[in-house]
Amino acid sequence: MSNAKVISISSQILELFDFDFLDHLKVPIYASYISAGFPSPADDYLEDRIDLSKYLVQNPTSTFMMRVKGNSMQDANIHDGDILVIDRSLKAADGLPVVCFLDGEFTVKTFRKVNGKAFLYPANPAYKPIEVTEEMDMRVWGVVVWVLHKPVKL
Amino acid sequence: MTSLFALCDCNNFYASCERVFDPSLNGKPVVVLSNNDGCVIARSNEAKAIGIEMGEPFFKIRNMVEHQQLHAFSSNYVLYGDMSDRVMQTLSLFTPNVEVYSIDECFLDLGDFYDVDLFSYAWEIKRTVTQWTGIPVSLGVAPTKALAKVANKLAKKSAKANGVLVLTEPYHIERALEATKIEDVWGIGRQYAKFLKNHKIDTALDFINASENWIRKHMTVVGVRLHRELRGESCLELDEVAPPKKGICTSRSFGKKLTSFDDVLEATASYAAKCARKLRNQRSCAKVVTVFVQTNPFSENDRQYYNSKTICMPVATNSDIELIHYATIALKAIFKPHYWYKKSGVIVTEIVPEHQIQFDLLDTVDRDKHTSLMKVMDTLTDRFGRSKVQVAVQGIDKSWILKSDYKSPCYTTRITELPIVYSQK
Repeated sequence: MSNAKVISISSQILELFDFDFLDHLKVPIYASYISAGFPSPADDYLEDRIDLSKYLVQNPTSTFMMRVKGNSMQDANIHDGDILVIDRSLKAADGLPVVCFLDGEFTVKTFRKVNGKAFLYPANPAYKPIEVTEEMDMRVWGVVVWVLHKPVKL
Repeated sequence: MTSLFALCDCNNFYASCERVFDPSLNGKPVVVLSNNDGCVIARSNEAKAIGIEMGEPFFKIRNMVEHQQLHAFSSNYVLYGDMSDRVMQTLSLFTPNVEVYSIDECFLDLGDFYDVDLFSYAWEIKRTVTQWTGIPVSLGVAPTKALAKVANKLAKKSAKANGVLVLTEPYHIERALEATKIEDVWGIGRQYAKFLKNHKIDTALDFINASENWIRKHMTVVGVRLHRELRGESCLELDEVAPPKKGICTSRSFGKKLTSFDDVLEATASYAAKCARKLRNQRSCAKVVTVFVQTNPFSENDRQYYNSKTICMPVATNSDIELIHYATIALKAIFKPHYWYKKSGVIVTEIVPEHQIQFDLLDTVDRDKHTSLMKVMDTLTDRFGRSKVQVAVQGIDKSWILKSDYKSPCYTTRITELPIVYSQK
């Protein structure tokens, strides 16, 4: 970056460009406005553009995605067709949305602990909560950390 | 200098990968098939228990699959490569020195960890990997790599150990060697096992009780080193002992930290060539190549990065040129500038005998095909599996497409193939 050359752009030269080279021409983003007067000490620290995947994925090793089918969680803002970002490194705790494996399929519910009993709560009045019992084959697969939802079907 | 190694290996790795995304397969017999759905290359414990053999031709078990007595999957190396990557990355949080040995095995150098409670540390590693990735693993911990191998094998076999065995006490080491058949010792091939048995050397304990001179006389230098390793003297480099048939890995730490793409590529290309040579030595070819790069996790001032990329090549190969070509594509996909890289590696999997290759593209110089094929490969390297992949594949002569009737989705690498989570209850 520091030794980026000034390049005269003419059509002949453009043809010789390859994309790798263009990568080196990224414009740095300065942390402060360039204004006359005091130079800002922050100008020494260039910042990268926000990387959404870093923001959505705290722990890449344990993070997976699944696609939602159904509407039993609609009041918790989880809709049919949404993508869930799931972190397996987090433990299920009261009030967290979880993906669990129940009756042979993955299902998304809100995990609740009431008086030492575990429940899986839907977020849709048409469905009933499920109490988790010993004999049930229920395992929490991971905790939902993000819901990727498109406001309109594009 | 005291040495200490852990060998972590994934239990029935390929079957376990399938189970992460379909837990209903837990406790059921699962097999994974070689490319073109030819024969069995991986079995869950339940499949072993009902007598399915390694290498069993698929047509012999098709009936069981159709009657739901057995669950078969075509090999999905894109998925396995990504899951392997997750396991290795998780392991690299526990020690600065991780040596990936094959797609499902990894040595952790625990050099100065004698002051920690090894047993609970090993359990912590096992618990974390399984919680984070869903893959069950076993750990053997011992003063040398060969002993760690011994410990790992026993950890898997013994119900009491339950997947973790620490061998640091001389008495325990001796008992473990006694319980290890000579043919199960790391690096002892079938020929040597036979020879040793003829000399009344039936267990690893018999082996270390033989004199070093005798071993030197009758075996290679690797035999001598194994002998020393089993006696507790650490002296084996990873690539001195060929990894299991299912994968060959060449990986080294760089002499100095590297940051430029060209330097890392130079190293990686040489590892790819090494893999190719190992393949040629055993007269086999590989269909899948994985490249990984890594910074030094314990260099406090360095930003950390580890990544790997798996590419399924169009035709199994053992040519330097081809392997380097695909390794380069993989490296380009994962290389990021401005990091201090400490290590890179190349792993080849889906290994088939030389004479069993499906179809030999490179002897039939058909440039059109070749070019369109390269295009497909380039799109395939795109992490997010753009839908272009399918279009391009369809544009190709169908004879390219291997049979994989039982393939699971690429759950973790293609946005179009995510697992479905239901909210219908």
